[in-house]
Amino acid sequence: MSDNKKFMFVNRKAPYGTIYALESLEVVLITAAFDQDVSLAFLDDGVYQLKKGMQTKGIETKNFSPTYRALEDYDVEKLYVEKEAMEARGLNEDDFIVGVTVLSRAEMGKLMDEQDVVLSF
Amino acid sequence: MLHIVNKSPLTSGTLESCLNTMVDGGDVLLIEDAVYAATKGNAFESKLSAAMGRCKVHVLMPDLEARGLADRLMAGVASIDYAGFVGLTVSNKNCQSWL
Amino acid sequence: MASIEVGGKSYETDEEGYLVNLSEWNAEVADYIAKTENIEMTDQHWEVINFLREYFDEYQIAPAVRVLTKAIGKKLGAEKGNSEYLYGLFPYGPGKQACKIAGLPKPTGCV
Repeated sequence: MSDNKKFMFVNRKAPYGTIYALESLEVVLITAAFDQDVSLAFLDDGVYQLKKGMQTKGIETKNFSPTYRALEDYDVEKLYVEKEAMEARGLNEDDFIVGVTVLSRAEMGKLMDEQDVVLSF
Repeated sequence: MLHIVNKSPLTSGTLESCLNTMVDGGDVLLIEDAVYAATKGNAFESKLSAAMGRCKVHVLMPDLEARGLADRLMAGVASIDYAGFVGLTVSNKNCQSWL
Repeated sequence: MASIEVGGKSYETDEEGYLVNLSEWNAEVADYIAKTENIEMTDQHWEVINFLREYFDEYQIAPAVRVLTKAIGKKLGAEKGNSEYLYGLFPYGPGKQACKIAGLPKPTGCV
């Protein structure tokens, strides 16, 4: 366990408009199999990925938001949302499909700086 | 003219360029990630509201529903379905899909 | 694209034998796939298959074997939530083999 590296996935894209959000989620689930210390950070439009109440039938696309709730089973429990990004989108903590920790941009930057590996989506 | 925009206003300048460029009286249709522009409390809300005085703004409802924001639509924005989308392309003499 | 023939109906599968269209799955197809995997389905097998289907329904993914083992332990008890029990039922892997029989995609995060 002492070989564990700190991995952070930085999510900055809205879901559905591009494939980044779904790709990131899949890589996270695969990485989780290797017992690493994984954090997920949601910045900019990435905070939209966690919005509750998605109904994707009309756009004939799979709604992958329920999968964020399975992250806990994969021992991925560190989810961070940037406060400034959340507020700029008229959202608050109650709008998210999973429990998250809200961090200021400065705190987020510090956390990012502490990582061994940062993957950006 | 119908202006179709599909980028989030908070990560791309596309919608702002569109609104700054278009002549009065046109139609703006927000689809895909551009629907975020028409949600209550987003940072672009005031800019879109200002534009609504001189053009008609529409949002493609299935895209708003997919993003879990159907209940956050700003007042004054018309919600349309795919048939309405086709209708707009027919009723306008020309259209542009902004990239 | 490969396919299997069950009860006079054709079902599309990928090259590894996983059903392409999840909604086409039924008990008869499950039995058929189980036979091709040399598995005789019992109530214990069905319990795992049904669990997987419910998990997929709720989270939209087929869980990795490690996650499945833990989740089964939570729901059905420790005597079932362990590798020995699950590999006893599905010798080629409770993730891959059971997901195939359950008509789900290959587990996400299965290595």
